[in-house]
Amino acid sequence: MATVLDAGEIGRALKRIAHEIIEHNHGLENVVLLGIPTRGAFLGERIAQFLNEIASPVPVGTLDITLHRDDLRLRPPRPLLPTLIPSSGIEGKDVVLVDDVLYSGRTIRAALDALGEIGRPKTVQLAVLVDRGHRQLPIRADYVGKNIPTAASESVKVHLSEIDGKDCVEIVAGA
Amino acid sequence: MNKHLLSINDLTAEGALEILNTASELAKISDGPMKKLPTLRGRTVVNLFFEDSTRTRISFESAAKRLSADVINFSAKGSSVSKGESLKDTAQTLQAMGADAVVIRHGASGAAQRLADSGWISASVINAGDGTHEHPTQALLDAYTIRSKFPEFRDNFSGLRVAIVGDILHSRVARSNVLLLTKLGAKVTLVAPPTLIPVGVTDWNVDVSYDLDSVAREVDVLMMLRVQSERMADSYFPSEREYSRGYGLDLDRLNSLKDSAIVMHPGPMNRGLEISAESADSHKSVVLAQVSNGVLVRMAVLYQLLGGAAFAGEVSA
Repeated sequence: MATVLDAGEIGRALKRIAHEIIEHNHGLENVVLLGIPTRGAFLGERIAQFLNEIASPVPVGTLDITLHRDDLRLRPPRPLLPTLIPSSGIEGKDVVLVDDVLYSGRTIRAALDALGEIGRPKTVQLAVLVDRGHRQLPIRADYVGKNIPTAASESVKVHLSEIDGKDCVEIVAGA
Repeated sequence: MNKHLLSINDLTAEGALEILNTASELAKISDGPMKKLPTLRGRTVVNLFFEDSTRTRISFESAAKRLSADVINFSAKGSSVSKGESLKDTAQTLQAMGADAVVIRHGASGAAQRLADSGWISASVINAGDGTHEHPTQALLDAYTIRSKFPEFRDNFSGLRVAIVGDILHSRVARSNVLLLTKLGAKVTLVAPPTLIPVGVTDWNVDVSYDLDSVAREVDVLMMLRVQSERMADSYFPSEREYSRGYGLDLDRLNSLKDSAIVMHPGPMNRGLEISAESADSHKSVVLAQVSNGVLVRMAVLYQLLGGAAFAGEVSA
């Protein structure tokens, strides 16, 4: 087990992502953040907080993609997690999806399906804390905290103080 | 969760709360942004109804469709059942058509259990009412409705007082509700004329009263049951008027309830018999909320039974 990001590095990565979101969208007027529960939702809140400190507040919500997964039948039923769309909606907005780890890309595919049910954003962008490679779908992130090359047998564990009591990212060797 | 939902006894308190919590999340999604979810795409749900039903069948159909399942409605009237086809042959026909879940309502107690245990079909079986035995999804939607009206009892009904009033003897709704509400910690009182109280009630972990007026003042939830005339070959009470006077919810009794109390009825209502029109339409009545919550709770049940791998027991990981 190796720690690849510590608390300070996570904070700096999220702050940099916040700056990049502002730069890329030429401001924040049209930006909506949607975190994918569980940990993506906390990361979304944190990025929103940085955006507020740097520039201005943005609407932030959560999007549970469980019911849109394509691997539902491969595993036991999962509990549903909260979905909370900001009152401003997503119609015509620049939606930034936030997740902890980008791996196969299937979560993001499900999130795009879920978004399509809700409305038609102007653009959809993706922010992830860790991109570990091994994509199975043509999906990429617009904002990446850290690229971490991994073997498929390894797993990446993101710990966040909100639920795990500490901030760090670890690589755990596979079984 | 098990492969089937035949009885409230198939569920632990945690399992029941998980269904209610799933329904709560589904409520947030489908009241708001997403009306239709792709979750059960390609799955087939058969509504197998040997008894008449309005809301249960429509509710299951609507729940399955909102999750994108294909729905086949089968009612005994107009089918080969009227030509004398047995439950076994009907079930095997459904099996051959590839049903993933069978929602069954049948006049015989234990019909759902028979279908599940028989080996005739591999589908999940959901009991939508079997004779005078059980109606588990009704109890779940009632618990969901209670919880949405009393948020302080969200994870535990202990301290909640519920009276179930009327034709307990013939009521599968009462049986399932007694099992579920007591499992969640509520204190349940059954109120009915002695002729309509089942014999085995002493084992039920409930109080029994013959006096509605004294109970009504005390309770948070007053659940009125339909007088099931179709199951009454004998006379259980002298006249409808007398029943109504002793055990019907009229305006005086409605006014004697606590301010916060709610009135429930599983439907269909016999207005003027067990519940007066004023009571049925009063602001304390949550009858229509029960109907709309029914769809959410049945979506949650279908998701838990069909949303994952074939069923939890088959998954090694």
